Amino acid sequence: MLTLSQVNAGYGDFQALFDVSLDVRSGEAVAVIGPNGAGKSTLMRVISGMIPAFGGSITMQDVSVLDTPAHQIVGMGIAHVPENRRLFARMTVEDNLRMGCFSPQFRDRYTERLEFVYQLFPRMRERRDQMAGTMSGGEQQMCAIGRALMSDPKILIMDEPSAGLAPVIVQQVFELIERIRGEGLTVLIVEQNVKQVLKVVDRAYILEAGTIRMEGTATELLESADIQKAFMGM
Amino acid sequence: MAEFTDALFSIFFVETLINGLLLGGVLALLSLGLNLVFGVVDVVWICYAEIIMLGMYTIYFLHVDAGIPVIIAAGCGIAVTTILGLLVHRIVIHYLLDAAPINQLLATGGLLFFLQGSAMVAFGIEFRNLGVSLGSLIVSEDIYLSWTRILCFVLAAGSVGVLYVFLSRSYLGAAIRAISQDREIMPLMGVDTKKLYLLTSAIGGALAGLAAALLALQYDVHPFIGLSFGPITFMICVMGGLGNMVGGFLAAFIFSELITIGGYFADLEWGYVLAFVVFIATMFVRPEGLFARKS
Repeated sequence: MLTLSQVNAGYGDFQALFDVSLDVRSGEAVAVIGPNGAGKSTLMRVISGMIPAFGGSITMQDVSVLDTPAHQIVGMGIAHVPENRRLFARMTVEDNLRMGCFSPQFRDRYTERLEFVYQLFPRMRERRDQMAGTMSGGEQQMCAIGRALMSDPKILIMDEPSAGLAPVIVQQVFELIERIRGEGLTVLIVEQNVKQVLKVVDRAYILEAGTIRMEGTATELLESADIQKAFMGM
Repeated sequence: MAEFTDALFSIFFVETLINGLLLGGVLALLSLGLNLVFGVVDVVWICYAEIIMLGMYTIYFLHVDAGIPVIIAAGCGIAVTTILGLLVHRIVIHYLLDAAPINQLLATGGLLFFLQGSAMVAFGIEFRNLGVSLGSLIVSEDIYLSWTRILCFVLAAGSVGVLYVFLSRSYLGAAIRAISQDREIMPLMGVDTKKLYLLTSAIGGALAGLAAALLALQYDVHPFIGLSFGPITFMICVMGGLGNMVGGFLAAFIFSELITIGGYFADLEWGYVLAFVVFIATMFVRPEGLFARKS
């Protein structure tokens, strides 16, 4: 569904990704794991057009993503849950969700999608008129995921959904991800929390210093001695 | 002291308060456009009052020289300032979006002198009066309220209301509120920030045109008219918390009441002095503005 081939990207003179290739098939959940500064966020940003690529190709269902203006990428069915949630803190939960439906082609289905999100996250219905910035970290993550789901995406890409959250909340966030998978959505997720994320995805890539070092199924990687040593402190 | 209390409970003091309220409506309208543009584009249009000045000239020439009915002339004035708003953004601001704030200020400040100078060359320095008078509402034998001021207040309050509904109910309004909080992720929401900037600049220009129409009824047009309300507009925005439209709205009424109350106890000039002293004191106590959000 989403294919990256030989992608190079970075910021100005600084290159953060070197010939990264990966693919996500329809219905799959795929993780990209790696240490801090490996280029994980850069990868997410280049997919959703927040930064341009230096070279390579990204296609979504055979349409070039790199040739699409950033604000039209969400219309191709790619929804991005940014790092640190990035909610509009001084807007209500419902206004945040409404922003997820901004593109004219989505607006007809606003009520239907809102109901879908509220059913998936009943807590958001309770908080609909609350300022998003006043909610707990876990609730904010729900809202950020809900906002991305408003456009009824084909693929949800998530940048470190567990970052900066208390351990109990991290557990809840991974439960949320499982619930979203239950809806049959394709997911690409970037995480540092390796052990947890490998439990909810089918496959994973290891990104280190801007290059893909390894790939495999979640079970393979969970059992791999290298991974255990490098990421799980075993 | 007895003199003071007499003055305080006099019927003229009530008239003063009402006049302050009416003046506040115009000031609120003036600050609205500037605040809106700042909130979205994050650039202060120092030349905002000069756009209003050009709107006033448009209305003057169309009505007085071309004989077009004043209401149609006002509509044309609004159209002209809307286009000016678009041009200011596209020709100047667009290239400075990532520039240092001081450079943005200097550029729009330079535009102020450019527009002022151009107006002086093109139209001369004489004061021109639209010659439209709406008369006064006679409340009692002692109290007269200018219809022009009442109209200004009603239109200003009306446009604040329309803008409020637009910002709180529509998708574009939500995007305008959202962009002032997090610019970088707007493309993820499917928002074309370039288009949103242009739209906002056009609305800012249109609001300047409306202000021009209302001011042309009360003041003579001349190339330096911008200087008499440009600074005060900017100060109102700062006092209310730059970019905070509700704050600017309230600050406009604080300013106008200070001006008229000061003018009641002394001269009108002292009213301005009082307002500016309060402004400076505010900046010491709350440099981020009276109604700034705590972040």
